[in-house]
Amino acid sequence: MAKLNKIQMSNLPDAVLDRRQAVPALIENPADFLIVAGLAGAAQEITALTLDSPGVFGLGGAMGAAPMMGLGLALAQKDRRVLVVTGDGELLMNVGALATIALQNPPNLTVICVDNGHYGETGNQDSHTGLGVQLDKIAAGAGFPVVTTINTEEDLAEGRRLLREGGGLSFILLRVKEGPPNRVSRNLVPHQVRDRFRAALLKS
Amino acid sequence: MPDPTNDWPNALYDLLRANKITQFAYVPDAGHKVLIDRSLADPDAHAIPLTTEEEGVALLAGADLGGARGVLLMQSSGAGNCINLLSLTVGCRFPLLTLISMRGEFGEGNAWQFPMGQAVEPVLKAMGLVVLTCSAPEDVIPVVSNAITMSFQAGQAVAVLLSQRLIGAKKF
Repeated sequence: MAKLNKIQMSNLPDAVLDRRQAVPALIENPADFLIVAGLAGAAQEITALTLDSPGVFGLGGAMGAAPMMGLGLALAQKDRRVLVVTGDGELLMNVGALATIALQNPPNLTVICVDNGHYGETGNQDSHTGLGVQLDKIAAGAGFPVVTTINTEEDLAEGRRLLREGGGLSFILLRVKEGPPNRVSRNLVPHQVRDRFRAALLKS
Repeated sequence: MPDPTNDWPNALYDLLRANKITQFAYVPDAGHKVLIDRSLADPDAHAIPLTTEEEGVALLAGADLGGARGVLLMQSSGAGNCINLLSLTVGCRFPLLTLISMRGEFGEGNAWQFPMGQAVEPVLKAMGLVVLTCSAPEDVIPVVSNAITMSFQAGQAVAVLLSQRLIGAKKF
């Protein structure tokens, strides 16, 4: 069987963080943000963190959509902070979106990539990042003005600061170990997820 | 006021802006040159160049979540790039307005353009979009005006095809 090339230029430390603690520790109070969460682990994680809050739009399909949805939302809601929470697999599917977002440079948007290096939903195959592709460098090369990488618990403080103090468009690569996200039962009726998000945001 | 028949591209931009459309997402195309240039020059609009058309489908869904309106400008070949992400639009009942400048149909001289050009209407309909066509300058303003109603009032996903009868076939 042919082997995939593990990219040797990268010299990354092994991931040590558990997403089930690291994602809540980074976001702290999700009610402070409008959140778009990509499938599958990211949407499950954020749904669990918020107990299926209407302020989260979690994707159940349409892989690759989350970062650009966050851009449309951030341009429409300039006075709110918008978070995209996505996985390495989803971000890789539409990685050109990083370039498109950087050209718009919305100061109220942060993209968090929860990078476990694997396709956790489909049999835990290695993703490109698991073989050495570095999405933080791609984001920096795309033109994100602020990029930070979280490998350890100590690194989380800088991520929290970025989310709280702003400082413009930012990209946070949160490197975590393989393993399942937190999960709760979530609404998978697509139009209900749209309608409740808009009702909570626009009719309040 | 631009003449709606002789200067339909400028009249079209004014129509879109009068209907509160502020996000202009595009992959560059000669057929959309005026719309793209005017959105770039408009301080009250966002001109959003995409690397691939499916980004625009997701962008406009996010715009709707935030209460804003947008339009996706693309060529017929780009319609094929959008297909799976239209699951988001149709499944969630997001409004969508896309204007598609056609290749691979009336008068086309480049055989590479035909497979996707001829497939645009059936594949978009298969995904649940409403498809309207403009074939003459006097069609554009009334057709897009009605497409805006169907999209942003009735919540439909609507594609307006700008035929090569209207925009002319590229010469080879």
